[in-house]
Amino acid sequence: MIPLSHFMMISAALFCIGLFAVLSKKNAILILIGIEFMLNAAILNFVAFSKHDKLASGGQVFAVFAIVLAAATVAVTLAIVLNVYKYYKTIDPTKIDQLRD
Amino acid sequence: MTVEQILFYVMSAIALLSALLVVSQKNFVRSIFLFFLTLFSMAGLFVFALADFVAITQLVIYVGGVLVLMIFAFLLSNRELLNNPDSSKQQSSFLHYLPGILVSMLFFGVLLFVFSDLHPESFQWIAQSELNTLKPQDNTIHYLGINIMTRYLLPFEVVSVLLLMALIGAAHIARKERDR
Repeated sequence: MIPLSHFMMISAALFCIGLFAVLSKKNAILILIGIEFMLNAAILNFVAFSKHDKLASGGQVFAVFAIVLAAATVAVTLAIVLNVYKYYKTIDPTKIDQLRD
Repeated sequence: MTVEQILFYVMSAIALLSALLVVSQKNFVRSIFLFFLTLFSMAGLFVFALADFVAITQLVIYVGGVLVLMIFAFLLSNRELLNNPDSSKQQSSFLHYLPGILVSMLFFGVLLFVFSDLHPESFQWIAQSELNTLKPQDNTIHYLGINIMTRYLLPFEVVSVLLLMALIGAAHIARKERDR
């Protein structure tokens, strides 16, 4: 029996690692990985609290929905990243700073 | 300390360490493959929260789909980095990482401060959920299937339409422009 607070601590740590990746990485794919870390941290919390909700199991259902949405996000984001690379020849978000040609 | 607890803490240590390595690694390919390891151990943690279906979904969708997509995008966008990984060394200093480290550590501090005050086991709906708590011998997929098809039918349909839209949109964005 693992206490709920330990699940919350682990997900807080993972969320902060993802936050660091989003704030300071210079590669669009690594920023996307940071966002995935944050999503996974949230899913861990959903799942951990869903243990006390057997009949409605809301946490597990929405964890599955969140995973599906994350997959959709990744597909769209990677398509955008490929287009940006084709146009600017780089995927460093700090260098992509103009909208015009 | 039971076997369950030992396994749980080992798995969470693997998840956190590999996540830290992902963000501190200079080599992109290595960090993508370490991301693999983090996702696997997160699936293990889901099993310890008695959510085996979510763990399997995590393995199938993240490890099978998302990671392959990421490696594809990486291969298509960073080819010169793959050819000579040594030249990918950025001259970014410690100063570049300082704001990120500071903000995330402060946020982690705030979260820990809140969690130390919060006792989730004493919430009313958790304290009164004696009959409603999952046990390891319960069949979670049974409850999950019934709930998805009854209580959460509308979110299920909405999310399926959204997934279809996202996939069509991704295929539309990533298609090759035809010469006119």
